[in-house]
Amino acid sequence: MNEILVEAKGLTKKFDDFLAVDAIDFDIAKGKAFGFLGPNGAGKTSTMKMISTVSPITEGEMSVFGLDPRTQGRQIRQRIGVVPQEDNLDVELTVSENLYVYGRYHDMNRPEIRERTKELLDFAQLSDRADSPVEPLSGGMKRRLTIARALINDPELVILDEPTTGLDPQARHLLWDRLYRLKQQGSTLIITTHYMDEAEQLCDRLVVMDKAKIVAEGSPRALIEEYAPREVVELRFTDGHKDEAESKLEGLANRYEVLADRILLYTDDADDTHRGIVSRGLDPEQVLVRRSTLEDVFLRLTGRRLDD
Amino acid sequence: MIAIRAPLRFFESQFVAYRRTWRGTVISSFLNPILFLTAMGLGVGSLVDDGTGDLEISYLAFVATGLMAANAMQNGSGEGMWPVRAGLKWRKNFHGAITTPIEPGDIIVGRAIWTLLRLTVVQTVFAVIAVLFGALELGPALLAVPPAALTGVAFMAALTAFTVTRETDESLANMFRFVILPMFLFSGTFFPISQLPGFLELIAYATPLFHGVELVRKIALPDIDPSVVSSMPLWIHLAYLVAMTALGIYFGSKYLSRKLRP
Repeated sequence: MNEILVEAKGLTKKFDDFLAVDAIDFDIAKGKAFGFLGPNGAGKTSTMKMISTVSPITEGEMSVFGLDPRTQGRQIRQRIGVVPQEDNLDVELTVSENLYVYGRYHDMNRPEIRERTKELLDFAQLSDRADSPVEPLSGGMKRRLTIARALINDPELVILDEPTTGLDPQARHLLWDRLYRLKQQGSTLIITTHYMDEAEQLCDRLVVMDKAKIVAEGSPRALIEEYAPREVVELRFTDGHKDEAESKLEGLANRYEVLADRILLYTDDADDTHRGIVSRGLDPEQVLVRRSTLEDVFLRLTGRRLDD
Repeated sequence: MIAIRAPLRFFESQFVAYRRTWRGTVISSFLNPILFLTAMGLGVGSLVDDGTGDLEISYLAFVATGLMAANAMQNGSGEGMWPVRAGLKWRKNFHGAITTPIEPGDIIVGRAIWTLLRLTVVQTVFAVIAVLFGALELGPALLAVPPAALTGVAFMAALTAFTVTRETDESLANMFRFVILPMFLFSGTFFPISQLPGFLELIAYATPLFHGVELVRKIALPDIDPSVVSSMPLWIHLAYLVAMTALGIYFGSKYLSRKLRP
C-alpha cells in the first residue's frame, strides 16, 4: 500500500461568483508522478495553488503530508518545491544567486546551499552559466533554472504547473528527461499540462479536468483503453467532400468524431476500417493511422479538443 | 522557529540585489545633504540669520534637522513604493518568495528592517556632512539619526500598504507630487508651521513629517527657542510615528496577503 502524500475531498475554489474548482476528490501517492490534464481554465492552476498553500481553500478538505494547508502552510511549503506556470526568476540576480536566495528562504545554511547549488546547476545543465544574469538565458534554460530553484530544499513533493508550455520541441524533450530522472530518484511529482504527450510520457496516474471538475481518473494507458479504442484512422477531405463522406461512415468503426478539418474513426483494427473506407468508395485526400492518445480521451469525455 | 527567522531571511535577500546597485544610492546619499545644506542652509540661511539675528540657534541648524527628517521621508517613501511595485510586477520576487516558507507579512517586516538599516546609514552620512558644514555639533547630529530613521520607516510602512493596493504607476507618481512634496515644503522643514495661516497650520500638525521633524529637532537641539517648535511633548511625536509604522505593517501585510494569495 502506497503512502498518500496529498488527499483532497470536496476541494473547492471560488473567486467571488466564479467557481474555479468544483468539489474535486483525489489522492496522490508517494513516489509517483500525478498529472492534472485539461484545457486552459479547467481549474488546474487553482488546484496547484491550493496544494502549495498559496491560495486559500474555499470549501472542502485537504491534507498535505498529513498537515492542514489552512494553518500549517509554512511547514508544508518547507517540504515542497513549486515551479509556477509563469517564470518568476529574479531578473536582478544571477543564476546562482537565484538559488542562493531560495536556499536562505528555506533557512538552509551557506555551505549546504553551496553544495546543493553545484549539484542542481549540474542537473539543470547550467553549470557554465552560474554567474550569468537570468535575462539572456533561453526559455528552456530559464525553465530548467526554475526547476532547479524549486529543488533547492530537496523537496519531498515537486509541483510543476505547465512545465513545458511555450518551449520548442528540443527544449521540451530535455526537460522531460530531467523530470524523468527526478522521478527515478523517488521524488513525488504533480504535473499540470494541456499536452497529452507530456502526460503520457511522465505521469503514472492522472485526472482529466474540465470546467472545474474531474471527469476521469486512471493511468494514461487505462484511460486510453477505457475511453478510446486502440487505433485511430484520421481522414482529411478536399473542400466540400467531408459532409458527403460523413453519411457513408456508419459501421466502419466503433465511433467517429467529426472535427473542423478532419474525421477521426476510432477502431480496434485500423486495417479493417481502412479496407471499408476504400470499398465504400470514399476518396479522402489524406489517411493517417495512429494509436489513440489522451487527446482522444479528452475529446471523448468532453466533446472538445484540449487546445480549444 | 522559522517563523521568527523568516523576516530576517527576506531582509537578507535585499542585500543580494543591492550588491549591484549600491553605487548609485551612495552617491545620492552624499549629494542630497550637500546640495540641500548649501542651498537652504548657507544660501537662504545667510539672509535669515542676518535679518533677525535673535535666534538662539542658527537657521542652518534649524534647517539641517528639518532636512534630515525630510530626507528620511523621501528615502523611506521610495522604499515603500518602487521595490514593492517591483516585487509584485517587475521582478516578481514577492511571488517567488511566498512559495517558500516566507509569508507575506515576513516580506513587509523584512523590508522594514532593511529600510531601518539603510536609513540609519544614509542619515549618519547626512549627520556627518551637517557637522562638516558647521550646522550641528557631532553629538546632536548623531542623536538626530535614530528619530530621522524612524520617520523614514514610518513612511516606508504606510506607503507599502498604499502601493500594494494600487494598480498603476501613475498613482505612485501622484503620491509623490500631491502628498510627499507638499509635506516636504509645509511641515516645518524650512520654517516653523506657526507661520502658516490658521487652517494650514492645523493640517500641518496632522502630517507625519511634522512629527518627524519635531522629534529630530527636539532631540538634537534641546536648547532650541521654544517659539520655533511646537509645545507638544516628545512622546506624542514618537507615538505618532510608531503607530504609523505598526499600522503600515499591519495593513501592508493584510493587503499583500490578499494580493499574493487570491
